[in-house]
Amino acid sequence: MAEKCTIVVFSGEVDKAFAAFTLATTAASMGMETEMFFTFWGLNILRRKRWLSGKNLLQKLMSLLNRGGADRLPLSRYNMLGLGPALMKIMMRRSKVPDIPEMLKLAKQLGIKILACNTTFAFMGFKEEDFIEGIDKFVGAAYFLGESKEAKVSYFI
Amino acid sequence: MKADDTLDAYGLLCPMPIVKTALKVKEMRVGQVLEILASDAAIRDDMPAWCKATGNELLGIEEKDGEYRVYIRKLK
Repeated sequence: MAEKCTIVVFSGEVDKAFAAFTLATTAASMGMETEMFFTFWGLNILRRKRWLSGKNLLQKLMSLLNRGGADRLPLSRYNMLGLGPALMKIMMRRSKVPDIPEMLKLAKQLGIKILACNTTFAFMGFKEEDFIEGIDKFVGAAYFLGESKEAKVSYFI
Repeated sequence: MKADDTLDAYGLLCPMPIVKTALKVKEMRVGQVLEILASDAAIRDDMPAWCKATGNELLGIEEKDGEYRVYIRKLK
């Protein structure tokens, strides 16, 4: 059986997402069975770009602040109202570094399993249609820990 | 060195040379040799690690003026 690598993607910033996808795509390329578990802010990476989501008023208000979409994630430092990510995007493109939407496609191509946190999904009032295609499963912590127990390498990002 | 196929990873940074190598090798037959052209110095240590992890053979790494030619043989 192939060795396993599991990665918790808790953060929703572009720099941290990039680190997570770099490790995940490399692990899969090295023949490891790789799973990424997106939870809390990490779910934003898997959300479609919408200006409003949520079922009740609080969830709707939160969705105005907490925007989703893999191509408009903030930076964890020097965000400066979007100036930092805009500069970083140009710098990364110049060095032919893939952006997060490209990394997501690559992850699917490499057979990486994409898991999403069901609890965050529920209390944020998201619906399935708020998310991109290609999510394998919405799961809880027990499922992910079950997978991680068998993993040789595990990261929390 | 004679190769059956060439992968141009020139100008790409980690993790792309390794990811592209893995995808390319998947299409090749056992015993075939792949030549990888790269400019990212990380490949000097990344490719031996990749070969060790995947059970493929590293035939050699040539460097000339910041250009790397890496040769690997598919064993699995």
